[in-house]
Amino acid sequence: MRVLVTGASGMLGRATATALLERGDEVTVLQRRPSGLPCAEVLGDVADPAVVRRAAHRQDAVLHLAAKVDVTGPWAEYRHANVEGTRAVVAACRATGVGRLVHVSSPSVAHAGTALAGVGAEPADPRRARGRYSRSKAIAELDALAADSPDLAVLAVRPHLVWGPGDTQLVGRIVERARGGRLPVVGSGAALVDTTYVDNAAAALVAAVDACGSVHGEALVVSNGEPRPIAEVLGRLCRAAGLPGPRRRVPFVAAWVAGAAVEAVWEATRRRSVPPLNRFLAEQLATAHWFDQRRTRAALGWRPAVSLEEGFARLAAWYAAGPVSPVSRRTGLPPSR
Amino acid sequence: MTTPDSPALPPDLPGLDPAWSRTVTVADATGAKHTWHVLDNGVADPVGTLLCVHGNPTWSYLWRRLLAAAPPDWRVVAPDQLGMGYSERLGGPRPLAQRIADLGDLTAALGVTGPVVTVGHDWGGVISLGWALEHRADLRGVVLANTAVAMPEGDRGPLLIRAADAPGVRAAVTVGTPVFVRATTALSHPPLPADVRRAFAAPYRTAARRRSVGDFVADIPFSPGHPSRPAQEAVAEGIRGLGVPALLLWGPRDPVFGERYLTDLRDRLPQARLHRYAGASHLLPEDAPQYARAVAQWVTDLGSDPAGHPARPVGDGGRRLWSALEERSGDDAVAVAEVGGATVSWSALARRVRDLAAGLAAAGVRPGDRVALLLEPSADLTATVYAVWRAGAVVVVADKGLGLRGMRRALRGAAVRHVVGSRAGLAAARAMGLPGSRIAAGRTGVGLGATHTLEGLAALGRSAPVPAEPPVDDDCAVLFTSGATGPAKGVVYTHRQAAAQLELVRATYGLTGGDRFVAAFAPFAILGPALGIGSAVPDVDVTAPGSLTAPALADAAAAVDATVVFASPAALRRVAATAGGLSPAQRAALGRVRLLMSAGAPVPAALLRSLREVLPAADPHTPYGMTEALPVTDVSLAGIEAAGDGEGVCVGAPLPGVTVRVSPLSPEGSADGPLTDAPGVTGEVCVSAAHVKDRYDALWALERAASRDPGFHRTGDVGHLDAEGRLWVEGRLQHVVTTAAGVVTPVGVEQRVERLDGVAAAAAVGVGPAGAQVVVVVVVPSGRHGRPARRRAGLAGAGLADEVRAAAGVEVAAVLTSPRLPVDVRHQSKVDRAEVARRAARFLAGARP
Repeated sequence: MRVLVTGASGMLGRATATALLERGDEVTVLQRRPSGLPCAEVLGDVADPAVVRRAAHRQDAVLHLAAKVDVTGPWAEYRHANVEGTRAVVAACRATGVGRLVHVSSPSVAHAGTALAGVGAEPADPRRARGRYSRSKAIAELDALAADSPDLAVLAVRPHLVWGPGDTQLVGRIVERARGGRLPVVGSGAALVDTTYVDNAAAALVAAVDACGSVHGEALVVSNGEPRPIAEVLGRLCRAAGLPGPRRRVPFVAAWVAGAAVEAVWEATRRRSVPPLNRFLAEQLATAHWFDQRRTRAALGWRPAVSLEEGFARLAAWYAAGPVSPVSRRTGLPPSR
Repeated sequence: MTTPDSPALPPDLPGLDPAWSRTVTVADATGAKHTWHVLDNGVADPVGTLLCVHGNPTWSYLWRRLLAAAPPDWRVVAPDQLGMGYSERLGGPRPLAQRIADLGDLTAALGVTGPVVTVGHDWGGVISLGWALEHRADLRGVVLANTAVAMPEGDRGPLLIRAADAPGVRAAVTVGTPVFVRATTALSHPPLPADVRRAFAAPYRTAARRRSVGDFVADIPFSPGHPSRPAQEAVAEGIRGLGVPALLLWGPRDPVFGERYLTDLRDRLPQARLHRYAGASHLLPEDAPQYARAVAQWVTDLGSDPAGHPARPVGDGGRRLWSALEERSGDDAVAVAEVGGATVSWSALARRVRDLAAGLAAAGVRPGDRVALLLEPSADLTATVYAVWRAGAVVVVADKGLGLRGMRRALRGAAVRHVVGSRAGLAAARAMGLPGSRIAAGRTGVGLGATHTLEGLAALGRSAPVPAEPPVDDDCAVLFTSGATGPAKGVVYTHRQAAAQLELVRATYGLTGGDRFVAAFAPFAILGPALGIGSAVPDVDVTAPGSLTAPALADAAAAVDATVVFASPAALRRVAATAGGLSPAQRAALGRVRLLMSAGAPVPAALLRSLREVLPAADPHTPYGMTEALPVTDVSLAGIEAAGDGEGVCVGAPLPGVTVRVSPLSPEGSADGPLTDAPGVTGEVCVSAAHVKDRYDALWALERAASRDPGFHRTGDVGHLDAEGRLWVEGRLQHVVTTAAGVVTPVGVEQRVERLDGVAAAAAVGVGPAGAQVVVVVVVPSGRHGRPARRRAGLAGAGLADEVRAAAGVEVAAVLTSPRLPVDVRHQSKVDRAEVARRAARFLAGARP
């Protein structure tokens, strides 16, 4: 099968493209910078219709991961990468006759800030989604699913908090902050949170490419299905990196208020770095978000092969094996994804 | 006629399918045409029709859940009465007789033919019954909810309605303002959502549209001279001869139609089944949404053989509850000993029971009358119980463990006719507002409304004839479940069932006339005379099991030279803890006990072992059972040890004559599999035996669900049978955790976690929506000196969490610690896992913005 993977330079995109290659698919990747993957590559902006049309030519399926994943920056950048990028991908699929589109989304598109306990994939809601990333992804998902038609099967997949070895986004930032003694637990640390080990997320996306067609027009949340209290998740990630876990506790209300203040300062001063805290982050770290995986597993015929326990062991082995790659100087955590 | 403002049905009322809505124009006897609004599920060629009649000031919206949950192939028709809801407005009042005729005109126009089951609420009850009396050929049954057909003798109607009908008030309250309309939906308990209240008020927005609401109140025949009185009386008397099945659904918190209207309806419809929805108020279909399923089940049952009890055994049932008393009526040995109080011989007790039974009958206690007993365990209580039985009446036993509110709810729901009480008991009866006559126990004489004393009755009875023995299949007792998981449920036993229970206890434990026992367990404290053995009640509050000390137990044992002790695990825990205070004489008395029985909650083997020091000669046994069936199985300490560890608590093999099956669980945690005795299959424990309860009292829907497998009682416990036929109890059905990977029962997990060092107790609960739950384990860490190590609930540390996960044997999402676990009031030993789960879910949801 010929598959176009957009956004293959991130941890999940790379892992998924690799998994497709390993099983013998013909993979083309599209992103701004060279990926180093042993496959065909188109370099360019995913929001550029001509670039995407060229990349989509003669593909059987498109797996669309390219996105701006961040917690700061102007709305125009999110709209460009996430909304216009997705529209360009949909348009390219239609123009070139691609039959399947797997749109990679985020559970945050349906998260209005309150606790989510064992819920399924609720409809994306741009009006209530928290933060620019989530709002832009919500618009993008609605656009993608609206394109579902007899000629183009569209499936939205929402991996939740993907992590693994080599991850500079989630794990890297947590570990960096912990190393500096600046990793707090927001609230009681009891909020149950689902996460996804990267290999499981990649396998789910591969399964989605295969299922897309028989399953279409819906959104599916992907996770390990092993929720844990957030303090325990942070503690285990730190332990894997050979660091003590978080010690400080920040009351939720204080974190939320501080987050709001920090956002205002960053906004006013037009700073481009990741703020240390924002409201989205405070909510993410202080409220439960875990998911009912039954529909996902039935629809994709997929189950996570790597347990949380095994994932932590692999992460520890990775940290133990080599020099830690330099981590971004950015200090915040990314939104869920 | 029509009025200018006749709005259409709003499109998006919660729970209402607009497809049900239709209008029909029907001419009445005068030829005048009226347009009705009707909800109709439109089933063609139905097997039957439910004709649902609302009251005032509601409308057919009240029945939306019944339309949604219609029994298969049944048509459901719910009209808005003329002048009400979205039916045509009227220019004048519509008297009762006319409204009954209107309903007949409507059903004819709708092509409604038999069989029909009428359903009526509030004043819709009278109208539906009026229709029923005029369509007997088509009538298959009647369902009534919080209604009245007559003002009972000396009654001038519900106070609130009368107030609304007062001169000068009616027009203002019912028509001029929406007060009456809004007040009706404000009566709901629990409170109705705002959108539902708006839906009820929607057709009554203006004074013009409320006109019939006021006329309806005016048409209620409070006074004998009221023009609608003859029609109302014709219905009230007519239904006595209706002869069709009837179902009464009742919200006991109704401030409009109180208990006396229910009593009146039961008197007129003695065949009626009754379900009281604890906590529900006047708008029963709103307060107890599950009513719709109950009606559907009841209607479905009409079409088949009633799935009730299998044929009762014939014969007299052998021994009666008072047989031993009669046999030992010449015996001067001790029958009942009060520690530090009266000692009563068999001969004296037999004589007193006979006199009291005759006295009760002479004082007007009829066979079948329910008699509440509000006196502390004592020789008086024992004599009274047997006298009530002998007189053919029914003892109602609700203990203080339910709390005053729980007792009030239980006793008021049990339709008590008489109260026998100590001074404190009679004061409580007054505080609870119990109906019925009063009989004073003790030496205080009459007072607190008592018309007799026990002494007076005994004196009266000495010259009165002994009543005839009641038939063995008559009711003898109403007991109450612990109420640990909701309101206490009344459980009815017949004489045959109670006698079978005693026979099983006697045979199981080899009790003979040479035994004497100490009962520190409320229901068993009075059973010595029926078992034919002497008994003593320790000097403690048997309803506070944690108050029994080892010396108190020893004194009771010494008083009757006891060979058998019966106590709850909570009581035994305290006994073990206070053993140090025993004198040599007390130790000697306990040393003569050959058998120890403990029940009421799971009894840990370690507790039984710890009692060896106190009761060195006693063989520890623990029967398994419940208020509805006791005992079901029995196991000795040796048996527990032989069974070893397993999934749950081994409670032993079913006793002779007892059949145990399980109903396997679905992935959603409901026990809907066919009954099986296959080893290793986990499901709801179902019991069949001669001593299983007859039925739940005034809880028709619950009884129907609990006995849906003919001959078996569903216990609400989950467990499995093993290859040796032993039963293992794994928890309560409603505590089963339904994970995506399958169901998880709590007890096995808890036992494995409790074996860890540093864990005093554990509860395994589910958090999240059914079918997608995760397991959370809450542990009580054991600190130094047996005190909890932590004072506040919180996340377990990494070390403890890892240990618990490794031990649990199932995927555990979170491990929490807590200084203690909530337990039930009655036995103080059943962990309230539902409450644990609520707290855990709240905690694990994290913060709220």
